[in-house]
Amino acid sequence: MKERLVVIGNGMAGMKVVEELLAQAPDMYDITVFGDEPYGNYNRILLSPVLAGEKTIDDIMLNDIAWYEENNITLHSGCKVDYIDRLAKTVSACDGSKTPYDRLLLATGSKPFILPIPGHKLEGVIGFRDIYDVENMLDTSKLYKKAVVIGGGLLGLEAANGLALNGMDVTVVHLLDTLMERQLDFTAGAMLRQSLEEKGLKFITEGSTEAILGEDRVTGIKLKDGQEIEADIVVMAIGIKPNIELAKKVGIHCERGVVVDDTMLTYDPNIYAVGECAQHRGIAYGLVAPLFDQARVCANHLVHKAYLSYRGSVTSTKLKVTGVDLFSAGDFSGGEGREEIVLKDANSGVYKKLVLNDNKIEGAVLYGDTGDGAWYFQLMRDGTDVSDIRNTLLFGQAHLGDAGHGGSNVMALPNEAEICGCNGVCKGDIVDAISAKKLFTLDDVRAHTKASSSCGSCTGLVEQILANVLGGDYSAAPAEKPMCGCTHYPHDVVRTAIVDQSLKTIPEVMKYLDWENADGCASCRPALNYYLICAWPGEYEDDSQSRFINERVHGNIQRDGTYSIIPRMWGGVTTANELRAIADVTDKFNIREVTITGGQRIALFGIEKKDLPAIWADLGKAGFVSGHAYGKALRTVKTCVGSTWCRFGTQDSTGLGIKLEELTWASWTPHKFKFAVSGCPRNCAEATIKDFGVVCVDSGYELHVGGNGGVKVRVTDLLCKVDTEEEVMEYSGAFMQLYREEAWYLERTAPWVERVGLSSIKARIVDDAENRLALFERFKHGQKFAQIDPWKERAEGDAHKQEFTPLMETA
Amino acid sequence: MTDWIEIGSVDDIPVLGARIVRKGSANIAVFRTSNDTIYALENKCAHKQGPLSEGIVHGCRVTCPLHNWVFDMQTGEAIGADEGKVPTYPVEVRDGKIFLSLESASNANEPMAANG
Ligand code: SRM
Ligand SMILES: Cc1cc2nc3c(=O)[nH]c(=O)nc-3n(C[C@H](O)[C@H](O)[C@H](O)COP(=O)(O)OP(=O)(O)OC[C@H]3O[C@@H](n4cnc5c(N)ncnc54)[C@H](O)[C@@H]3O)c2cc1C
Ligand code: SF4
Ligand code: FES
Repeated sequence: MKERLVVIGNGMAGMKVVEELLAQAPDMYDITVFGDEPYGNYNRILLSPVLAGEKTIDDIMLNDIAWYEENNITLHSGCKVDYIDRLAKTVSACDGSKTPYDRLLLATGSKPFILPIPGHKLEGVIGFRDIYDVENMLDTSKLYKKAVVIGGGLLGLEAANGLALNGMDVTVVHLLDTLMERQLDFTAGAMLRQSLEEKGLKFITEGSTEAILGEDRVTGIKLKDGQEIEADIVVMAIGIKPNIELAKKVGIHCERGVVVDDTMLTYDPNIYAVGECAQHRGIAYGLVAPLFDQARVCANHLVHKAYLSYRGSVTSTKLKVTGVDLFSAGDFSGGEGREEIVLKDANSGVYKKLVLNDNKIEGAVLYGDTGDGAWYFQLMRDGTDVSDIRNTLLFGQAHLGDAGHGGSNVMALPNEAEICGCNGVCKGDIVDAISAKKLFTLDDVRAHTKASSSCGSCTGLVEQILANVLGGDYSAAPAEKPMCGCTHYPHDVVRTAIVDQSLKTIPEVMKYLDWENADGCASCRPALNYYLICAWPGEYEDDSQSRFINERVHGNIQRDGTYSIIPRMWGGVTTANELRAIADVTDKFNIREVTITGGQRIALFGIEKKDLPAIWADLGKAGFVSGHAYGKALRTVKTCVGSTWCRFGTQDSTGLGIKLEELTWASWTPHKFKFAVSGCPRNCAEATIKDFGVVCVDSGYELHVGGNGGVKVRVTDLLCKVDTEEEVMEYSGAFMQLYREEAWYLERTAPWVERVGLSSIKARIVDDAENRLALFERFKHGQKFAQIDPWKERAEGDAHKQEFTPLMETA
Repeated sequence: MTDWIEIGSVDDIPVLGARIVRKGSANIAVFRTSNDTIYALENKCAHKQGPLSEGIVHGCRVTCPLHNWVFDMQTGEAIGADEGKVPTYPVEVRDGKIFLSLESASNANEPMAANG
């Protein structure tokens, strides 16, 4: 028999758990849902835009009644659960029903806090929580003129703005001297107040409400200082309190909320709790992103997988008042050991403040220009050490050595502006698709418009458009990005599971992590193949069908279906014999074009697939191996002539480059990896835009990391200076291994270094000799199995023959 | 009437892979899925003629190696935002041998010719 799951509360958190269950184990539970409100499940966040007239109730439905039927879920809507019998394991509801459960989920949300002052029960005194409240406000605005909102927080201001847009004369009464004091500091609060006053709202700060006046219906309020304000409606938005009435009544341990552990289990082993009613490590959250994280963990335990744990969330908020740009994240209250960086430009209405603790961002407040909010939030959530970029941090991501895209305010661009250069998608197309097709995430936009689905350099712009068009919705998107559409899990979770759970094949990973499509897709399979190679060197058998064609055939596919190949020329050095061999195969196989590449070697173009093994055999005789010009792998080691010839050379840069290439060739990496060695600071080998660059100086070697010369140019950061060639080898091997083990697939060193922070890399490579050596050893161990020339294998063996011969060829 | 030609056995094609059949001017990609279903499509992407035989196979779909369009191998139709259709060819497996028909390529929307 199926297990029975009963869910109390059909709000955003509870239904997220149910959606996860349906996706992961649709047949595991008989599900019954109780919801006090007479609807399906709707997006509560968007009640503000509904009140403001920007959306309708229909727009914000997430799961209508039919959805419950389609998924065989018994829904008791408009029905409150009164009692849980924890011994008999049944719940009793107000419709007289008694439902047995094996597992119970509490997702009762929270309730608006109503000040218990005289008159609080009068007609016209309401909270701002549900559809009923919004309808009440909309109806009132048709008949009456004056509104008072008590509370100048996020919710209160959104209510006030909405009521004003409906033609009401609105006064906001706030207890403290600054608005949104939980999210904003004094300065930002004052700027916000000014722009809301310009929109016609009135404010009374440091105003304490003593009583609500009226006979049956409210007529006004009275403040402690004696002032009276007329009102036909009073909206109390002074806070929420977790709805734990039921849990408390039946003796489940509660403090502020229902207390749960890291698996979202309450003190009753059969009862879980998620959402605003739950209290985790002392915190009851009041935003959607953390609730979704909780839901994911809870579902993982309900399906008996039990490997995720919830460790709390960092939260961010945006005020959903059209025309006011405000973003805030984390804790900015400051204090002992905290540092503040502030940018204030009152004329253009911009205020930005970051609070740092131990070189990490702990809080951010942005007013007027919120374009970099997502970036700061990312840095905060990743715990990135920002000491190396703090000088330019406030100017935004665009100033991070980036001469390319980003930075500009994309919403200021005209609709015809081309956003995605690869697929020719304009801003207007993206905006239209987001609105018309209700797109939520970057992946949705990629699937529907193709924007950002090729080289990815416009991803930041597309994300900005999404955030702007969706407003508050965007913050509802899951906090961490899943690897691809086949899974809920982000790269890090997948990598950790592979190692911790000893998963050793692609099907094992997919099974363990509930992949949604049996064979995955063209985006996750190559990533998984790489993660497994990296985790289990020598043990994992490469899955060539999960490789992109270039890596499968060991050449670069061309637009006409032929291939190009680039043999390795160690350190860019060649000989007459090698050149002769290249000339000979060019003649023998009618190779259509020979070029000198930007990577100091020679490329042969326009080769038919079937000719590849024979060409490789000839090249192999002259000593050539594959140059891996097609791989997410070590590419080239560029060198200059160095001290052997050059009058300025300080060291043998060519010789060192060759040694580095011999050490690192054939290693697979998350994205391609390039070295360069320059013989002196004139830097003719362009070492400072490579993944790892060595600049020789008189006294030794400067090691530079994280450079990129491609889509988004980034100059390297100095890792450290060392004295000997041996050290160069050790540091470079260790750096490459750290990158191999930690970066996400298709993340080059430049974005990786920015994500984890240079200091964290230095700490593990420069400061920690033991760790450096261990990394270097792991790198060399992996190389034992990797350094096999794939061209030779294919030229000689039969193993890959199928790949290069047609199944059948007749006239 | 359909003219079947034997082109090889199922095991000649790697699981989640493809091989090509060249007959005269026709260039056909023959795919094998993870549950050993065989599909045959013209080896020309509807976008810019990319060789679909070199794509990654997943489910009953293949992703073109050149610009990542995804096609349903059964219908030949592009998935998602892209629009286009690749002609399909009837195939049959009998005793592990693959038979292909060249004549009844379904480039129009009509259903594939029935067996035999
Ligand atoms: C052949 C070559 C151009 C040339 O004629 O010189 C080349 C050709 C290609 N480059 Fe490159 N790149 C070549 C040097 C470079 C360089 C210069 C360098 O390495 O010093 C760069 C900038 C430096 C860098 O990588 O930071 C470069 C930045 C790129 C990028 C952007 C990478 C980025 O991180 O932004 C791509 C796209 C990608 O990798 O996703 C790319 C991708 C490509 C691909 C593989 C496109 C593709 O996926 O099919 C091209 C294959 C051509 C073909 O059909 O064979 N190529 N490419 C060069 C081969 C060097 C070699 O000997 O192996
Ligand atoms: C106007 C407004 C704007 C907001 N804006 C944002 C925003 O911009 N960003 C953001 O992240 N968050 C925002 N929030 C907060 C967000 O909506 C909540 O955090 C989220 O909806 C909480 O989800 P939940 O499932 O815990 O609770 P809820 O969605 O409240 O669901 C709980 C449900 O349980 C039902 N219930 C309770 N007790 C019982 C019972 N005994 N029997 C049966 N049913 C019961 C309730 O009727 C309710 O429907 C906003 C909230 C509001 C009201
Ligand atoms: S710049 Fe590189 S990727 Fe672009 S066309 Fe030239 S070789 Fe191809
Ligand atoms: S040719 Fe197939 S996607 Fe472009």
